[in-house]
Amino acid sequence: MTTHVLSDTGTLTGRSLRHILRSPDTIITTAVTPVALMLLFVYVLGGAINTGSDNSYINYMLPGILLITIASGIAYTAYRLFLDMQGGIFERFQSMPIPRPSVLWAHVLTSLVANLASIAIVTGVALIMGFRTGASVADWLAVAGILILFTLALTWIAVIAGLSAKTVDGASAFSYPLIFLPFVSSAFVPTDSMPAPVAWFAENQPVTSIVNTIRALFAQEPVGNDIWIALAWCAGILVAAYAAATAIYRKKIS
Amino acid sequence: MTTMTREPAIRVQAITKSYKDLHVLRGVDFEVAAGSIFALLGSNGAGKTTLVRILSTLLRANTGTATVHGFDVSSAPGDVRRSISLTGQFAAVDEVLTGWENLVLVAKLRHLKNPGAIADEMLARFSLTDAGSRRAATYSGGMRRRLDIAMSLVGNPPVVFLDEPTTGLDPQARIEVWQTVKRLAKDGTTILLTTQYLDEAEHLADRIAILHKGTIIQSGTLAELKQLLPSAKVEYVQKQPTLEDVFLALVGDDTVPAGEEPR
Repeated sequence: MTTHVLSDTGTLTGRSLRHILRSPDTIITTAVTPVALMLLFVYVLGGAINTGSDNSYINYMLPGILLITIASGIAYTAYRLFLDMQGGIFERFQSMPIPRPSVLWAHVLTSLVANLASIAIVTGVALIMGFRTGASVADWLAVAGILILFTLALTWIAVIAGLSAKTVDGASAFSYPLIFLPFVSSAFVPTDSMPAPVAWFAENQPVTSIVNTIRALFAQEPVGNDIWIALAWCAGILVAAYAAATAIYRKKIS
Repeated sequence: MTTMTREPAIRVQAITKSYKDLHVLRGVDFEVAAGSIFALLGSNGAGKTTLVRILSTLLRANTGTATVHGFDVSSAPGDVRRSISLTGQFAAVDEVLTGWENLVLVAKLRHLKNPGAIADEMLARFSLTDAGSRRAATYSGGMRRRLDIAMSLVGNPPVVFLDEPTTGLDPQARIEVWQTVKRLAKDGTTILLTTQYLDEAEHLADRIAILHKGTIIQSGTLAELKQLLPSAKVEYVQKQPTLEDVFLALVGDDTVPAGEEPR
């Protein structure tokens, strides 16, 4: 049975990717909100924000926008998983000789592909709006690596939501606080402009270290400690969410 | 397919299942001979679905043992899954995919050669060829059920579970399902079906077991069950089937229309 893990995961991933191709609006709508926020912040609010650097504002805020893109994209992962569980198709898969983890991994890999597509769109719009970076290939790969890790971490949270939700709304509602998190971070304004308790929270929540790392990579500045904090947060969330999701899944299918 | 004719295809012994204080199954025993149709009759909440879920390895029993096609459901679930297919109460089709793609998906997951050819063959067998390139979401209830059953039969599993296969179907679609079930049994497939319709059990089953409040209160062939009661009232019988007869006569009796209209 184990020999089929890869091929079955591939087959099932192909299936859910086809779902996305048939309703590409899920990728577009994932990208619309971040693009709108980008327009709002760059052309309306940005002029009044002092980031304390001579970096252009779009360069400053793109990392946060990318994280918002991922946070809103994973809502669809939970949604798709929830719909599968609601319909009979999930039980069909469970009663077939398919390795059990394949069903979840197919959703996770699909989530990764869909989010990377949305990120590509948002980055493209940012380039049109004047985002510039001298980042090397290695820097870009590092950014991509961190975004992939972040996507995987949030995707497993989405799996928890998709597995345990009772309604369609419930399946995607969990993503709202995640979308909001970048606002209370260094993503749009420097944290030292915030009141002390808020600044403390902003400094110590995962988004700030991730944003700072990506921003430094784009600006070709030293990433310092932030990258290790960012990686630790992503890895920690990933491991915890993965453990919780598989535990819920196991309970669900036995 | 009929290699294990002497062994029962399904053997259930003293199965119990409870959810906290709710005792769904209180000790169920029965055997299903290979190549036969066995109907599990019971009202809603009798425990039919729970039993089917245990036999198809979706659920674990609290106590008792069950073997399907010679494999124990709790110690060899992988082998059981290779021997069975399940058609649940709700059509387990992927609505975004076309009928053809649904069948290819299942054929690939069963690691069969030429999944495309198998899909074509199944579409033809279930009169869905014309609809094969349409998304399953556009299918009528009867077509969806046919696709659902076709997906279950990909790879010719020797044991087939049908959980209320005709619930929610119109009389014509129901008859189509019955024909499919009969054809399967003729080819040697063992079928366990659950139903709450008495006439369905009467039409199809070689043996019938009545599941009531978590135990089997009676089982046997239709003739054996009928002997349990003294002869029944005559007047009633004449009227009841006529509505269906009238309905079928009015809408036409060509039961398997090739290009059924979408709902």
